[in-house]
Amino acid sequence: MIKFLLKGILRDHHRSLFPVMIVSIGVALTVVLQSWVTGVFGDLTEFSAKFNTGHVRVMTKGYAENIDQIPNDYALTDLDNIINNLNKDFPDVTWEKRIKFGGLIDIPDENGETKIQGPAVGLAIDMLSKNSAELDRLKIRKSLKEGKLPTKPGEILLSNQFANKLNIQSGDIVTIISSTMYGSMAINNFIMSGTVEFGSAAMDNGAVIIDIADAQNMLDMDDATSELLGYFTHNYNQIKATKIVNKYNATLKSDDEFSPIMQSIADDRFLGSYIEYAESFSGIMIFIFLLIMSVVLWNSGLLGALRRYGEVGVRLAIGEAKGHIYLSMIVESIMIGIIGSIVGTIIGLCFASLLVKGIDIGAIMKNTTMMMPSVFRAQITVETFYIGFIPGIFSTVLGTILSGIGIYKRQTAELFKELEA
Amino acid sequence: MNKKALISTQQLIKHYPVGGGKFTALKDINLNVISGEFTGLVGPSGSGKTTLLNILGALDVPSEGNAVVLDHSIGNLSHKQAANLRNMYFGFIFQTYNLLPVYTVYENVEFPLLLQKLSHTERDKAVKQALEWVGLTDKIKSRPAQLSGGECQRVAIARAMVKVPKIVFADEPTANLDAENSHNILQTMLKLNNDIGTTFLFATHDEKVITYLRRKISLNDGEIVDDKVI
Repeated sequence: MIKFLLKGILRDHHRSLFPVMIVSIGVALTVVLQSWVTGVFGDLTEFSAKFNTGHVRVMTKGYAENIDQIPNDYALTDLDNIINNLNKDFPDVTWEKRIKFGGLIDIPDENGETKIQGPAVGLAIDMLSKNSAELDRLKIRKSLKEGKLPTKPGEILLSNQFANKLNIQSGDIVTIISSTMYGSMAINNFIMSGTVEFGSAAMDNGAVIIDIADAQNMLDMDDATSELLGYFTHNYNQIKATKIVNKYNATLKSDDEFSPIMQSIADDRFLGSYIEYAESFSGIMIFIFLLIMSVVLWNSGLLGALRRYGEVGVRLAIGEAKGHIYLSMIVESIMIGIIGSIVGTIIGLCFASLLVKGIDIGAIMKNTTMMMPSVFRAQITVETFYIGFIPGIFSTVLGTILSGIGIYKRQTAELFKELEA
Repeated sequence: MNKKALISTQQLIKHYPVGGGKFTALKDINLNVISGEFTGLVGPSGSGKTTLLNILGALDVPSEGNAVVLDHSIGNLSHKQAANLRNMYFGFIFQTYNLLPVYTVYENVEFPLLLQKLSHTERDKAVKQALEWVGLTDKIKSRPAQLSGGECQRVAIARAMVKVPKIVFADEPTANLDAENSHNILQTMLKLNNDIGTTFLFATHDEKVITYLRRKISLNDGEIVDDKVI
């Protein structure tokens, strides 16, 4: 009987090809949308994580409470010990020292007198260690606009826009005037090795980047850092981050403001609410789309079943039980749903993999002050492989079930009359 | 010798709700049909012949009274029991053939046997036999769209006869056929009635069919107005 029904489905394009096409298109659209939304929101999170917050980060309680002021007087100390413990407890997380500082950039003339000054936001990362991943993580090599990367202590990178404003070039001396972690004045000379451009106004307006060891020397932060940023092997994962944070914070007993505390991106005052919003928004978007696709596919299932009233009449007259007909129609719709979902998922994945390369919106975002990437791309996750099956199978079967109820409740003779009509 | 009635009705009434009231399609039908009859329910459109055929074929139920077919009270059957009765003992032939268009002649005829869960060998033998009865063994692989109207109706007869039913219900079987095809079809059915002993019950107002009947039950406005053996 199944073979008989299968023959019918394959030969009748109205029962096979067209429903499969509709299901496939719906499923493909669902897959592409899911991967795009996941990718875009994921990119935004990753971008902020790379530049600013890490996937998780360790800092002192005092630093966390006043984070907007970059309070290096609350810097994390006894770093070697903390890093050793972190590496032991969380071996799959990479820990990076980061120092943020504010200051004044002073450009001297040939006599050593101030030629021009400007406020700067400083970022110190590990640029000179052999195995440092920071240059790649922040895409500094790619962002180099002029000159070269620092190769030795005492060299500095300036944002290209800032360097142009100060009218300086590679090889010029740059003086940073800031304050040490103990509150005294810190003045250090650097040689500008090059300029960088990230395509984000937030980074390009007045950023300076120096090596972490130089920052520690300049700011009296020996064996200290503003924050220790932790990066997962793959993208940010809220569940994993929460587990790590809870585990680490549970071991801390002191309420001292200099004691370390760990936070995830979700704990960040701004990014946390963004992630919450992004997750809800992407969830709502996908839900609405699934709902629309479900209605379309349900309708398709409904029409498919309604146009077979004639066939149902014949089968009833021949002696097939209503329940058997109903069941066979549902089995058919499951088969159509599965085939359509597989085809649609494959098509959707092909398009999604093209979008993985990304769409460059750098030109549009040139003047934005938001920390956001200039390239948006789709992201293929485990969810991408199965999300299309929800509208693909569920809606098609639901449509058949609902239309089948109509057949089921109709008097046999009425179906028969419709068959004869 | 008195033969037992295959079909028997007592004070059978059928009415349908129409607007706020009801329309009576059949009034006090009392009828007996015995095995081997070649009988027609004859009357103009709206006389109730198709309604009666549907009730006797377990496709509908009486509103009042009783209809007993092959010892089964039609009004008391569940959907499943009615389907089983149709599957095992009844054959249907329709005015518009109602063949399943995506299946071949062979598969259309085979379908009722699939429902009876017969083995492939049993099905194959029965299908070929039925197609031989209607003279269509050379069209086994054809689809309905490739056949003439007469050939389609012969496939429908083969489908009705393949399970060697006790009763074949034929609703206006020649209405879409020309005179020559009508006679061929009727002769085929008459031959099957004679050779196999299957009872045929027609609903018709076609004179060509009436000339072949051995018993004519005339209906008008839902009542039997005449019942005579020809």
